[in-house]
Amino acid sequence: MRTAIICGAIVLLSSAASAQEHGYTAADIESGGRLYQSSCAGCHGTTGDLVAGIDLARGQFRRGTSDAEIAAIIRAGIPGTTMPPSAFSETQAATIVAYLRNMATARRGATATPVPPRGDEGRGRTLFTGKGECASCHRVNGVGPRVAPDLTEIGAARSAADLQQKLLDPNANVRAGNRYVRIATKDGGTISGRLLNQDTFSIQLIDTNERLVSVPKSSVREHTIMRTSPMPSYRDKLGAEEVADLVSYLVSLKGVRP
Amino acid sequence: MSTKHTKKTRDTKTRRRVLISCGFVAVTGAVLLAQQPVTFDRILRADREPHNWLTYSGGVFSQRYSALTQITPANVRNLELAWVFQTRGPAEPTEKFEATPLVVDGVMYTVMAPNHVVALDAATGRMFWMYSPRLSTLARVCCGRVNRGLAILGETLFMGTIDGHLIAIDAKNGRPVWDATISKPELGYSFTMAPLVVKDKVIMGPAGGEYGIRGFIAAFDAKSGKEIWRFNTVPGPGEPGHETWPAGSDAWQRGGGSIWVTGSYDPDLNLMYWGVGNPGPDWNADPRPGDNLYTDSVVAIDPDTGKLKWHYQFTPHDEFDYDATQIPVLTDLEWRGRTRKVMLWANRNGFWYVLDRTNGEFLQGKPFVRVNWAEGIDGKGVPKRVLNATPEGTLVYPNNQGATNWYSPSYSPRTGLFYVPSWMDTSSTYTKGPAEYKPGNQYVGRFPTMPVAPLRTGPGAVNQRLPEEAWGAIQAFDPKSGELKWQFKMSDVTDSGVLSTASDLVFAGGREGYFFALHARTGELLWKSSVGGQVSAAPMSYAVAGKQYVAIAAGSALFVYGLRQ
Repeated sequence: MRTAIICGAIVLLSSAASAQEHGYTAADIESGGRLYQSSCAGCHGTTGDLVAGIDLARGQFRRGTSDAEIAAIIRAGIPGTTMPPSAFSETQAATIVAYLRNMATARRGATATPVPPRGDEGRGRTLFTGKGECASCHRVNGVGPRVAPDLTEIGAARSAADLQQKLLDPNANVRAGNRYVRIATKDGGTISGRLLNQDTFSIQLIDTNERLVSVPKSSVREHTIMRTSPMPSYRDKLGAEEVADLVSYLVSLKGVRP
Repeated sequence: MSTKHTKKTRDTKTRRRVLISCGFVAVTGAVLLAQQPVTFDRILRADREPHNWLTYSGGVFSQRYSALTQITPANVRNLELAWVFQTRGPAEPTEKFEATPLVVDGVMYTVMAPNHVVALDAATGRMFWMYSPRLSTLARVCCGRVNRGLAILGETLFMGTIDGHLIAIDAKNGRPVWDATISKPELGYSFTMAPLVVKDKVIMGPAGGEYGIRGFIAAFDAKSGKEIWRFNTVPGPGEPGHETWPAGSDAWQRGGGSIWVTGSYDPDLNLMYWGVGNPGPDWNADPRPGDNLYTDSVVAIDPDTGKLKWHYQFTPHDEFDYDATQIPVLTDLEWRGRTRKVMLWANRNGFWYVLDRTNGEFLQGKPFVRVNWAEGIDGKGVPKRVLNATPEGTLVYPNNQGATNWYSPSYSPRTGLFYVPSWMDTSSTYTKGPAEYKPGNQYVGRFPTMPVAPLRTGPGAVNQRLPEEAWGAIQAFDPKSGELKWQFKMSDVTDSGVLSTASDLVFAGGREGYFFALHARTGELLWKSSVGGQVSAAPMSYAVAGKQYVAIAAGSALFVYGLRQ
C-alpha cells in the first residue's frame, strides 16, 4: 500500500512536469485517463499497447502529430479501419490527448528510465548476434528461435527508454505476452514454454521445442506462471555504450511492412 | 495412409496406437503434436494424411474430398457442436467469413475478415496467436473486405491482403516474416484468394475486375517474396491473345481478368490451372470488341516459367459478368473407352464442362440451370449466343451472380459424382449504360437488376420471393454420362462450397443459415444444424487424436462439429 502511494505521487509529479510542457493540468490528465480507460481501453488496452503494432504510449502517432490532429482522430475515427468515431466533445478529446501524452510516464512510474543516449545501430546488430547472445533466444525477420519474443517489429512497438530498461532490468516490467509457464502433468511429465493463452479449462503455450501446445487442465497437476523474465540483465555484461548501441539496433527494427 | 478411427477408450494401449497412427505422441490428455514443416511433397501427397488440410481445397487436384471415414451416413445424426470460434475486433465481424481453414498436426489456421490470421487448437478452438497487419485505408473491394484463406509451406503461412500485399507469416508465432507490396490498392487491386504453393513458389492474382484493373497471375519466391514471373491475364502488345482486344485502343489496359479463387496443379503434367474473371467494363462491351482473352477462361500455366500452355474460353466477349471464378476440379476418368486426364468445371454462365486438361480440348458442356443467353455449345466448345445487353434491357438467365460463383464444388472419386452449389431459375435484366474509366472508381456500366440480392445485404427480411424467382440447390452430376443424379433443393440460393467424404457424405450450407449433411449417392438429407447466419464459405474436415471434425464458417463465426462421444 505504501509503495503504491509513493508510486502514485511520483506519477502525478511526472505528469505535472510533462503537463507543463504541453499546457495540461494534472486534472486534465486525470480526466482524460478516466475517459480513456472507460472508452478506449477496450480496444487499445489499459496500457495502450493491445492493438498489434500500435503503442499509444510511445508519443508518436502515425496519422497525426499535433494535439489538435490527434484529438480530431479521436472524435472522427479513422474511416476504413476499426477505429470508430466518438461522441467526445473537443474538450474531452483534448483531455484524452493529455492523458496519451503522459501515458509513457505513467506506465513506467517509479522506475522511469531517462531516454538513453543514441548508440550505433551497426555495432548494436553485431552485439545482438555476438557478445550479447540475443540471437540465441530471439527471432528477427524470420531468423532465430521462437521461444523468446520475436523482435522483428520491436522498434515500432517500444520506445528506446523501454528497451534500455528491459536490457538492464528485465524483471521490472514483464509484459503479459512475454510470460513463461511451467506445467507438471499428472503423469509426471513437464511442459514449459511461453504462455500464449489460458482459460478455466486449458493452457496454450509454445513449448521449448517450438510446438504449439494446448494442455487441458484436467491433465495438469500444477502450473506456475513465472513472474520474472528468463532474460539475463545486461547491466554487468555490457558497458553503457554497448547498451546504447544495442538499443539503437532494436529501435531500428520496425517490422517488415514497407 | 489409411486412417482408422476408434471411439475413446480407457485402454491405454489402444489409445496410444490410435494416436500414433495419426502422428501424435500422447502425454495424458495433453496432445504433444509432432509438428513437422509442411514440405511441398506433403502438399502433393495430402491424401496420405487426411487428418490434415494442407491447402485451400484439400489437395492440388482441388476435389475438396476428405478420406476420413469416422463420420458416416449411419452416425451423422450424432454430430454435435464441438466448438465455435467467433470473429472479434479488430476483425470486421459484419463482413462475410469466407475462409477455409488449414489444419496442420492439430493446429488450425484461418483468416477473419479482412486479413486477421489466427492459430487455434483444432480440437478445442482455443487461440494460440492472432496476427493483424496494418492495412492501407486505400483498399477498394467490390464484393466485400474478405479473405478466403491461407497457404502454407514449411513453417510459413502466406496471405494476400485487400491492400495489395502478400505477407509471409511465421506459423509458430504469428509474426510477419516478409511483407511484399505487389499492387496499388488505390487502383482497385486487392488479393482475396488463398494463394497456391507450387514447389518453392507462392502463386496468386488480384481481384479488382470491377475497377478496371489489368489482371495477372504471379509467382513469388516463398523465402523472400521476390516476384519470379508474371502472366498477364489480359495480354499486352506483342503477347499472344492481344489481337482479341480492339486495335488502336487502350481498352486492354483496364480489361479486368481478376483472379478470385485458388488454382489447381497437376504434378505429372507440371501444369497449373486458373480461372480468370470477367472483362471490364462488366456490362457494356462496346469499348472492347473481340473475344477479350483471357477473360472468362481457364489458363494452363507452367509453374516454373509462367508460360501459357493452353487456354479455353468459356464465355467470349462477355457482357453478363460470367467470370470463370471457379475452382478447377481435376480427376482422371474413363472417357469413351480410354482414361483421360480431365477437368470438371461448373461455370457462372450456366454450363458445366468436361475438358481434357492436357490440352484444353472441349469434351462436354451442358446447362445445369435455366439458361437463355446461349442455345447450347457447339462441337468446338463455343457457346451459341442468342442474347446481348441492349439499351432497352435484356432479360437473361442465369442472373448476374451466375449459375454458381466462387463457391467450391466437390468431386468424390468414390461416387464418381461432381457436386455443384447452384443458383436455380435466376435472371437479371441487363441494360447497356455508359462506362467511363476513372482511376480507382468502379468501371462496370449499368448495374443489372435482379430479384435476388447478389450479396448478403443489411437488416430486414432476406427471402420473400416467389418460388420461380430464384432458389438454390446442391446438384450431383455424373461427368461420364452428363446426367443429373440428384438435386437437393433449398428455398434460397447458396454461397456455400461443398465437401464430399470417403464415407459417402456431402456437406454444404446455404444463405438461409443451415449447415447440413447429405448422402453422397442419393442427396438424402441426413443431418442439419442451424448456424444462424449465411454460409459463405466451404466446409472442410480434419482429425485430431483420432477424432474427425467438420468445420464451416457461417455468419461471423466458425463452427466445428464432431460425433457425440
